[in-house]
Order: sequence, then C-alpha cells, then structure tokens
Amino acid sequence: MNASSSALPGLFRTCPVTGLKVHGPAENLIKANAVVAVVTFLVGLVAALLLALTRWQAVHLLPADWYYRLVTAHGLNMLIFFIIFFEMAVLYFAGPILLNARLPMPKVGWLAFVLMVVGAILVEYSVFTGQADVMFTSYPPLRANPNYYLGIILFAVGALLVTILFFATLIVAKKERTYEGSVPLVTFGALTAAIIAVITLLHGAIIMIPAWLWSMDLMPMDPQVYRLIFWALGHSSQQINVAAMVSIWYFMAGITIGGVVLNEKISRLAFVLYILFISMASAHHLLVDPGFGPAWKVVNTSYFMYMAVLASMIHGFTVPAGMEVGMRLRGYTKGLFEWLQKAPWSDPGFSATFLSLVIFGFLGGVTGVVIGTEQINIIAHNTLRIPGHFHVTVVGGTALAFMGVTYYVVPLIFRKQIVGMSWARIQPYIFGAGIVIMATGMTIAGMFGVPRRHWDISFTQAPFKVEFPAASDMALGLLGIGGIIAFVGGLIYTLVVVASVFFGPSYTEEMARTGKGNVPAPLHKLPPQVHNKDEHHAPGTMVLVFIFLAVFAVYFFTNWKVLSMIWKVG
Amino acid sequence: MMHSGIVAPKGLWWVPAGKQEKLWVTVAFIWCMILFLSMPFWHMVGGQNTTGVRSRVDPAAFNSRTEKFVQAYKVGEENGLPVVAPPAGSHVYIRAGGFTWYPQVLKLKVGVSYTIHLSSIDVNHGFSVFPINLNFQVVPGYDYALTMTPNEAGEYRVMCNEFCGLAHHTMVAKVIVEP
Repeated sequence: MNASSSALPGLFRTCPVTGLKVHGPAENLIKANAVVAVVTFLVGLVAALLLALTRWQAVHLLPADWYYRLVTAHGLNMLIFFIIFFEMAVLYFAGPILLNARLPMPKVGWLAFVLMVVGAILVEYSVFTGQADVMFTSYPPLRANPNYYLGIILFAVGALLVTILFFATLIVAKKERTYEGSVPLVTFGALTAAIIAVITLLHGAIIMIPAWLWSMDLMPMDPQVYRLIFWALGHSSQQINVAAMVSIWYFMAGITIGGVVLNEKISRLAFVLYILFISMASAHHLLVDPGFGPAWKVVNTSYFMYMAVLASMIHGFTVPAGMEVGMRLRGYTKGLFEWLQKAPWSDPGFSATFLSLVIFGFLGGVTGVVIGTEQINIIAHNTLRIPGHFHVTVVGGTALAFMGVTYYVVPLIFRKQIVGMSWARIQPYIFGAGIVIMATGMTIAGMFGVPRRHWDISFTQAPFKVEFPAASDMALGLLGIGGIIAFVGGLIYTLVVVASVFFGPSYTEEMARTGKGNVPAPLHKLPPQVHNKDEHHAPGTMVLVFIFLAVFAVYFFTNWKVLSMIWKVG
Repeated sequence: MMHSGIVAPKGLWWVPAGKQEKLWVTVAFIWCMILFLSMPFWHMVGGQNTTGVRSRVDPAAFNSRTEKFVQAYKVGEENGLPVVAPPAGSHVYIRAGGFTWYPQVLKLKVGVSYTIHLSSIDVNHGFSVFPINLNFQVVPGYDYALTMTPNEAGEYRVMCNEFCGLAHHTMVAKVIVEP
C-alpha cells in the first residue's frame, strides 16, 4: 500500500496499524469535523429524548410550542448537521488517507469548516429563539427568520467545497501516483456519496436561495414547486448517507474480520446505479400531492423501475457475503454460520456494522419501498409510519454504522485509546435495540393513522375528539420506551467518544506495533486484507438474503391488502 | 487473490461474477420488476389511486366555491357550525386554513361517490381520515379533486397531519357516513 512518496513528506506519518500514509492537514480536518459532528449529535439526542417522552401520550412531557420547536431542532441537528459533518470527515478519510495522498488546499477545507459551523450556529440560534418553528422541511408559506435560510445556504456552500476538495484529492493522487491500479472500493463508494452530495447541494441552492429571498419578500414562492425541489435536497441528502454508509460497511467488513470484495465489478456497478437513479426518490414525499400526475409519480418513486433498490439489494448481499467469504478464507468454514458465530461480537466496530446492515436492510429498506409505493402511500403519508421508516434507515443504519467506525477513528486518527471499552462494547446493542423498538412503535401507531409531527393525538383542545384504539397507545408507549433506550445508547456513545478524545490516554506507535492498548481487538492484529485464494461460496448469506426476500414480499403484499379495504378513491 | 475494500485493486477487475452473485442479482432484478409493475397494475384494477383531477386554483376563488357549496347543501348546525349533506355524485369542497377544516361537519352516504376538492387558503395541510388512515396532501394554490366512495357507515374524523402552525393539533373535522 505504500506507494511512491509525494510532495511535502514532512506532513505525513505512517499508520503503524494499517500501513497507510496519513497526511497531517487531512487528519486535522477529520478531527475538527468529527468533533463538531458529535457535538451536534448531542444536541439532537437531548431533543430526541424530550420528543419521545412527549409522543408517549401517557407522559406527554413538553408544551406544544417546545414540542414543535424541538422537532425542528432534532431534524436539523441529526439529519443535516451531525450526518453531514461526519460525512465530511469520511470524505477526508476516504480520499487522502486511503489513497496515501496529500489533501490539496487544506485552507479551503478550513474555510468550508468555518462556513458550515457559522451556518449551523445561525440555524440553531433561529430555531432555539423561536424564530424558525417551521420543521426541518420549512414548507412555504410557513415562514422562518431569513437567517434560518441563510444558515442552511452557508452550510451547504461549505459542504460543497469539501466535495470539491475530495474530487481534487482524487486528481492529485492519480497524478502523483500515490496508489497503483484503481481506487479502492471504499473510496469509490465515497466518490459516489460525493457526487450525490453535489446533486443534492445544488438542488439545495436552487431552492434555499429563493426561499431566503422569499422570506424577505423579495420574490414569490410556489408551495408545490418548493416541495418538489426541497425534496431533491431533503431526500437526496439521505442518499448521501446511504452511499457513505455502504462504503463504511465495506471498510469495516475488511478492517474488523478481513471481509473481501466478492466482485469489484458488481459492487461498483451497484454504486453507479445509486448515482444514476437514487435522486428520483424525492418523489416519495409527493405521492399524494396535487402537483403531479400518476405517470410521473410511478416512474420517479420507483427510481426508474427500482434500479436504486436493486443496488441496495446487491450491497445487502455482497457485504455480508464478503464477510462470510473472508471468514471462511480464515478457516471458519463449519456449517452455514460458523463465520457468524465466531465473528468478534464484542468489538463495537463489528457489532455496530452488522447491526446496521441488518436494521437497514430488513427494516429500513423494506418499510421504505413499501410506503414509497405510489398507492400504498395513501395509507402512510405523514403518519408515524414515515419516521418509523427513516429511523431504521438513517439512525439504525447510517448513524449506527458511523458510531461503529468512530471506535476505529479514535485510535487510528485521534491516536487515543478508548475510555470505557466495556461500555463501548454494549453500546451498539443498546442503541440498535432502542431504535428498533422505537421505530416499531412508530410504524404500528402509524398504521392506526397516528400523525407524525403532532403534539396531541387526544385532541383535547379540538372541536371533536379522536379516539385512537388502545393498541395505538401501546405502540406510542413502545416509541417512548425505545426512545429512552436509544437515548441511553446515544449518550454512552457520546460520553465514550468525548472521554477518549479529550481525556483518554494516547494510543502510541509502540502499542500499535506490539498489539497493546485499550482499542478494538482487531487493531491488535489486523486481519489479512489480501487473501491468496479465491472463494465465492457464501451459503450462509444465501439463506439470509432469501429470508429477507420472503419478509419483504409478505410485508409488501399485506400492505396492498390493507389498502384495498379502505374507501375507494381516485 | 481476494482483497478487502480498502485495497486498491491492480490490473483487470472486470471479471465475471460468481454463481451465487449472479443468482441473487437476477432474483433481485425480477423482484424489482414486480415492485414496479404493481403500481400500473393497481391503476388498472385497484380502487385506490392518487390520480384525481388536479389544477391550480386561486385561494379566493376556492374560498367562494366552498362558501357556495356550504350554503347550497347545509342541513343544520352543530355548535354553531354548519352541517353539510351533499347529494350523491356532487362536488364537495373542503377548505383548510386557520387551523380548521370548513365545513367542519359533513354527512355522506355509504356506497355513494363524491368528488372531494381539497385546497388550502394559507399553508400546507394534511387531509387524514380516521380511522381508515386515508391521507392526502393539501397544498395552497392547488385544487386536488378526488373521487371518494365511503364503504362503511360510521363516524369518521379528518385530522390535519401536515404541520401548519402552533395550533396544528386542534385541527379536526367530523364526517358522518350514513347507511
């Protein structure tokens, strides 16, 4: 992996664990972005707990104004600030570090960082002072203070600069021959995320600049056009997450258990399918809107015949199958599942990755495709089924994968040992379980029609009462309990990371070379990243994916059946 | 020679996939086609679609259509609010705005079709019928005319399920479906 030396050799160090050459300025930007990501995560996390305790109708904690304010704050901190700051760190890692290259123009990286931080602060200030009670979606004619839109614009410009730096890194690395052959699959996946990010952020500019001008009465705004273009920002940004998360799955599969890439062609083609089709998913939010006809809805909501779903189903096979083959090549060949039984379940990096894969695939993917089916959306739109879906994609999937990789970023980049390793070991299970329980509660409540973003489903101040069945109250109880458990998991993550990064003992080169130190076990002796045999046999994974398909089919057709029983409409 | 995802592959990697990969990609592709075709299929045979008749509308014009509709078919009052019972096959106008639906009480009949026009005079709202969980988006400046046929008698509610401001959770109307 150590290719020819590049410019400015003094700014490089060689990682004693992976052998990668680490560029100092890139490393510092990873640190800065990761730290801000964790801070914004904490803000979103506290809001999450208060929201869960409000939607749990028996507790009903917050007053109405603070409930809506915190829904806004929670959405922005988690979906935009935490995730995108973390993804900036991922780009600085997958570009310069994985390619042994220097980061060109690190000052631009810092400019971008400042823009993003200033933008985030403007948004936080507007939201917490009650000047932007407009939800994450800010649908006009609901209006926020102009600073709110300006903050989003500054943040987006900063993120756009980072993607440009990533592309520049690829060019520099190629030119300076810091690697041989093609870029690694993980970098290819990050490139996919960066390209989708450009598509997303340009749409963000196309809609947020007019919204900003509109908020100052400088131009008109059509509510339906806003919804259309906003979702090319709002939903597509979740597709950056998908591509980044899948890249991390491949990364962690290799680092934790020596998982292999079964076939570079198949995995890369699947990433290309994301680039081509995934942005069409904006239509998922517009399926019961008056502005669009059925042909537009069918073609777009299905990512042109489900080509992006095909891509996810491919990764959903190749990642675990790559893990299985890697483990089989290392000698874990007994039966269907020895590779899984003997996997390092006490390594939070591995457990978080595998849980992320299962939660995203089985729960997130299936619920998403089903509620994103044009007609089935009639019995799902704006109910709790929607957050029930995206909490098992972006939280149980993406955020959990990001948490897992953090346990490796701390020793490898911050060069600190993990403080509270025994807490870290159980953290992915607590967080994953909490999210699954909460999202299940949301989905069940949503099936009874319980609306999302709604302060009081007992309608005490309304002209008519709405009497939800006891089952939906129970589902909201699940939401609350799951929310508390997930909060605990999130808090452990934050505390472990903050304690390790700021107060933890160093992870020295000596420790890394001799396999010592309080770090995830695979770092003591990295599993082989190159195997000298070929193997394509993954029978355990075959069983798992066909179980997945059966679950998918049952849920899909059940929803059509439920839809067929309501009033005729059309 | 196999390698992990952090290794830069050298030489030619455009090689045929293994048997199991080919099988899964084929199965997944077929499943995706089934998912896709289900939607046009339901447009042909299913009773629940989102098509409707969609048009732009000036909020003031929609407002006056709603007023005219309420005056024409008003059959009584409940707590000072008009109760409206439109005849079979008629055009029903439901206006969202100011945290209320108007009219707030609607009487329909089982098995009868109505063309229900939805629009808003202020911000986005969500038309959500309880307990059947039927949901449509209500967008200001747009008239969404959907043909609906109640299939069971009873008392229904129309909740708002798109955040429309700090009193969003008080926005609810009543629909009585008579046998």
